[in-house]
Amino acid sequence: MTAPRFTKDHEWVRLDGDLVTVGISDYAQSQLGDVVYVELPEPGRRVERGKEAAVVESVKAASEVYAPVSGEVVEINSALAADPAKVNADAMGEGWFLKVRLADPSELDGLMDEAAYLRFVEEQP
Amino acid sequence: MSADHAPPLQRTPLYSLHQSLGARMVPFAGYEMPVQYTAGILAEHLHTRAAAGLFDVSHMGQLRLAGIDPAAALETQVPGDLRGLGPMRLRYTLLLNDDGGILDDLMATRLGDGGLLVVVNAATKDADVAHLRDRLGGGVSVDRLDDRALLALQGPAAAGVLRRLADGVAGLAFMSAAEATLDGHQCLVTRSGYTGEDGFEISLPAAAAPALATRLLAEPEVAPVGLGARDSLRLEGGLCLYGHDIDATTTPVEADLAWTIGKRRREHGGFPGAAVILRQLAQGPARLRVGIRPDERAPAREGTPIVNSTGEQIGRVTSGGYGPSVGAPVAMGYVAAAYAAEGTPLSLIVRGAARPAHVAPLPFVPHRYHRP
Repeated sequence: MTAPRFTKDHEWVRLDGDLVTVGISDYAQSQLGDVVYVELPEPGRRVERGKEAAVVESVKAASEVYAPVSGEVVEINSALAADPAKVNADAMGEGWFLKVRLADPSELDGLMDEAAYLRFVEEQP
Repeated sequence: MSADHAPPLQRTPLYSLHQSLGARMVPFAGYEMPVQYTAGILAEHLHTRAAAGLFDVSHMGQLRLAGIDPAAALETQVPGDLRGLGPMRLRYTLLLNDDGGILDDLMATRLGDGGLLVVVNAATKDADVAHLRDRLGGGVSVDRLDDRALLALQGPAAAGVLRRLADGVAGLAFMSAAEATLDGHQCLVTRSGYTGEDGFEISLPAAAAPALATRLLAEPEVAPVGLGARDSLRLEGGLCLYGHDIDATTTPVEADLAWTIGKRRREHGGFPGAAVILRQLAQGPARLRVGIRPDERAPAREGTPIVNSTGEQIGRVTSGGYGPSVGAPVAMGYVAAAYAAEGTPLSLIVRGAARPAHVAPLPFVPHRYHRP
């Protein structure tokens, strides 16, 4: 798998062949607080870059997770149904959300590498 | 209103303490308030039910009513029995408009000198003061106690903690008050709260609040708890949040708060909207606030439409989220009276999809008040 790349909406992606694993960043989980529910799309559904792909809920609020790339959802992290706190404990690892078959590799071009993302987070109010 | 013209946020006397405790501060009812500390909402919630949580509720309005029989005067504006309230006892009641709608919910304590200490919501305190001064007439003064702070110490360990500071207060019964010296500060302590747990609210001079809060936080059972957990605790306790579960368009009967209307008040009326409220008491309201348990894991937030089995909207969620002690989503909302019976199946429309749920008894977590 490649090193993670990040969106300005605080999702991360890692590329493995033509499969893109998607999650939310450690910064995002720390801002959300305790995750109590994650709603994931059905495998087989097509997600569109920049459109809602999942919902993550903390005690206080629901937040949308946007698809960083377009493509077909081939797998979801079903372990999050029983243990949504994995998102807090390991956002960049076991707390992954879904895997998408990448339709257009150029969609990855605009994403930030980790250093750029951390600078971006620093600039957040 | 544009953010440029918003008035600056006010701070409570504990602002610096919140910052030093690592609080995440958010705007709430015109104040900069801690929504959570470093432990987080889930841990703060569970700690309050297991030990004791310390809450800064100094943003709430503390008013003192004095003069000629303040209890009788306030009774003209609320349906609660305040004339029957003994000295150093308190009661939960509702400020009503002329249609029987709820302008605010409040706690009224009858002080030893016959005056009343009234605690009202932060967002409504300015309007409440204006309303009371307008309605109570010249015989009763309404003074804002803006130089006082309010702390809440809630949870099963609260009494044991306070006993170390002042022996007498731990023996207070639920909804009773006492003057007490805590850590050298003159306080008015009531055995009351907004979590469903045993606990206390402590009114004291603003200047003394940081020292007492620090003293309480030094006790091993006590952790600071922010507004996030305050909301999830009161939701599990089935307690109403003004502006959400109750407002000027809901009556006490619709809100399932008819228990706050004393027997004498039902017989004699004499409060705003009495005709509407007494008719609803006799005939039943058209809609009712109920507890709702989603059958699946998705929380249903405020505003979620409630539909029946044929897809017809029969109500709306007014508070909803995840209940940390329940370990599942919980909600409250209004439904048409025909759907208010416990166990009635409902559907909640969350993100466009109907999700199964049912009417559930309130509170979701049993109250554990101290009733010796």
